[in-house]
Amino acid sequence: MSLAPHRDEAGDRLGMWLFLFTELLLFGGLFLLYGVYLARTPEDFIRAGGELDLVLGTANTVLLITSSLTVAVAVSALQKGARSLTLGMLGITVLCALIFLVNKGFEWRAKIDHDIYPGSKRLLAGEGGESVFYSLYYLTTGLHALHVLLGAALLGWVGFRIRGGRRDGEGAVLENVGLYWHLVDLVWIFIFPLYYLIL
Amino acid sequence: MTDPTPSAAGSDRGFLARKGEGSTILAWITSTDHKRIGLLYLYAILSFFLVGVVLGLLLRLELLAPGRTIVDAQTYNALFTLHGVIMIFLFIIPGIPAAFGNLMLPLLLGARDVAFPRLNLFSWYLYMTGALLALTALFTGGGPPDTGWTFYVPFSARTTTNVSLAVTAVFILGFSSILTGLNFVTTTHRLRARGMGWGRLPLFVWSLYATAWVQILATPILAITLILILAERLLGTGLFDPARGGDPIMFQHLFWIYSHPAVYIMVLPGMGVVSEIIPVFSRKPVFGYWAIALSSIAIAGAGSLVWGHHMFTSGMSDMAILVFSFLTFVVAIPSAIKVFNWVATLYKGSIALDPPMLFALSFVLLFSIGGLSGLILGAAATDIHVHDTHFVVGHFHYVMFGGTGFAFFAALHYWLPKIYGRMYNKRVATIAWGFMFVGINILYFFMQVAGIRGMPRRYYDYLPEFAALNQIATVGSWILAFGLFLMFGNLLRGVLSGEPVGANPWGGATLEWTVPSPPPEENFSVEPVVTHGPYDFREAGVL
Ligand code: HEM
Ligand SMILES: [Cu+2]
Repeated sequence: MSLAPHRDEAGDRLGMWLFLFTELLLFGGLFLLYGVYLARTPEDFIRAGGELDLVLGTANTVLLITSSLTVAVAVSALQKGARSLTLGMLGITVLCALIFLVNKGFEWRAKIDHDIYPGSKRLLAGEGGESVFYSLYYLTTGLHALHVLLGAALLGWVGFRIRGGRRDGEGAVLENVGLYWHLVDLVWIFIFPLYYLIL
Repeated sequence: MTDPTPSAAGSDRGFLARKGEGSTILAWITSTDHKRIGLLYLYAILSFFLVGVVLGLLLRLELLAPGRTIVDAQTYNALFTLHGVIMIFLFIIPGIPAAFGNLMLPLLLGARDVAFPRLNLFSWYLYMTGALLALTALFTGGGPPDTGWTFYVPFSARTTTNVSLAVTAVFILGFSSILTGLNFVTTTHRLRARGMGWGRLPLFVWSLYATAWVQILATPILAITLILILAERLLGTGLFDPARGGDPIMFQHLFWIYSHPAVYIMVLPGMGVVSEIIPVFSRKPVFGYWAIALSSIAIAGAGSLVWGHHMFTSGMSDMAILVFSFLTFVVAIPSAIKVFNWVATLYKGSIALDPPMLFALSFVLLFSIGGLSGLILGAAATDIHVHDTHFVVGHFHYVMFGGTGFAFFAALHYWLPKIYGRMYNKRVATIAWGFMFVGINILYFFMQVAGIRGMPRRYYDYLPEFAALNQIATVGSWILAFGLFLMFGNLLRGVLSGEPVGANPWGGATLEWTVPSPPPEENFSVEPVVTHGPYDFREAGVL
């Protein structure tokens, strides 16, 4: 027996917010470790952090902020019934996500080429704090990249739903996926200063 | 009966069977009806519980005599790990919320289902996937995990046994738990019947609500901790390895930031069950409704701040020890508030010692023993003496088994007649309860005594002077097991062929008793309007 086709958009949104809390806390564990280890070995962290590529990091920050904007535009465009604008905005967002991932790939590649990755000879020979820094760097940005990938997939999926002309509550679905995307952006807004700027 | 539209009065087997397509296995495992999902959980959870009990009995059998009795050291390590993982992650954490929360929450709220029925079914699939992976970990890879359910580093990062798979399994189980919590919070906020203000929520709902918040806010920390173990094992990140700048104590912090609140995921729902049962079988409105309701929230809040008491002996600053010790004592206050209010509800009530009530009352006693021995562990000075001894093992079994386990059995005896429409044999239930109550006390009391005298935990061997205490405890485990056997046999018989009961066999005033037993699909034929509190027996017309 299926439930009557009655939607509770406020309920859906509440559920989404609760889920977003859990995502924040998931990353929170990594930030906690970052804080503790930074306090213990600030010099090592500063030395290691100085080697990250500020240009690529900044480019990625700009990309994600832009994509948050385009998602927001997509949501309100759909509310006004501007379907093709919505689709266009979603397209740009997904594109930003993909470029972000490619950049991230280059960044990782360059580090790995310099023999910097968990358990590499260079890190094993160096200071403990440096090794911890890079382990956290790979874990945090890796986990974040996975979220970018998932978010982009979700955005693509809503895009296809909207293009297919599904009407039942697609606005609410897009809004929730948009919220998820803002979360991905928000987490990066913490990662960027911690890893690239303050050190 | 072939009428496809369910009518509350018409079908006597309710949601359990619509004739035809509704009763196949496929119809069950694709159903989004919260009651069916609740039963799916119940069956799975009880099966794992029985496996866990057998493992526990084997542990006790090994401890019957000093030296090797039935298994060697490595097997003993695998056995207690498996016993712990099953009991914690497959039985006691999901136990009451996933099984009875799903079965009863919408009924208690006057709703047709939970807020996200399909997500609910998905959570069950996650639970089953996690559970089956955990069992697979036994038979594949480098042998069953041997770390204990706490997965402490550095051992868990180095052992060649199948820890990675077990950790993945627990990760998936955690995800299931998060989704259940999220569903329950949303359901409680959005789907209360008309007239059901926060002051009229049944206390079981309050406890589920508080639990759900803990599930949502604490479980992600476990998730990241498990990811870190995997990274440590598979990528060699060294975050907890002192040789590489890491610190194993950080692992313990992260682990207990989840796992201490998880203790409240385990026990709060049990307290909720007891808060439902005691007023009904005292024929009296509950004493201190708001005190019980809000103390659930207080326990959830304060309980999130005390994780450090698991680490008094692993090296923390004296200040930190002092603070965590103090906070631990603070959590005892809301728990004690509950106990006092239950006792005050009993006072001058006309008490009916039916099986649900017996289990509920023994919950209060056993939980109190467990809680008070917890204070001995929460005080740093005494903890250093009994840390990692059988005193601790006795303590948490009193809380988890004597507490939550007995609350689970209370819920079984209280609500199964509602779910199946049939009653078990009450006399046999009482006898079974007697065996279990005696058995559990012999088992764990003597474990605590052995612990105070210095018997360490997680050892398959011991000095001869502990032999007598261990033998008594092992005999206790047999008495307990016999009681369990009798109880489950009796419940099964009741469910299959017991006397039919009406809608309200116990005279409860909450909404689930207003619908037929078993409840129809979608619960209510007309949307209920709530006009009195959950324990206003007079206004409900049952007193
Ligand atoms: C007939 C029932 C049970 C018996 C005989 C039993 C017995 C035992 C024994 C002998 C140990 C090992 C102590 C040691 O060497 O350190 C143990 C550990 C444990 N038990 Fe039970 N138990 C039973 C039920 C339960 C239940 C219902 C729960 C939880 C709800 C539970 C949770 C645990 C946990 C978490 C551990 C710790 C495992 C570890 O050290 O990693 N047990 N139990
Ligand atoms: Cu604790």
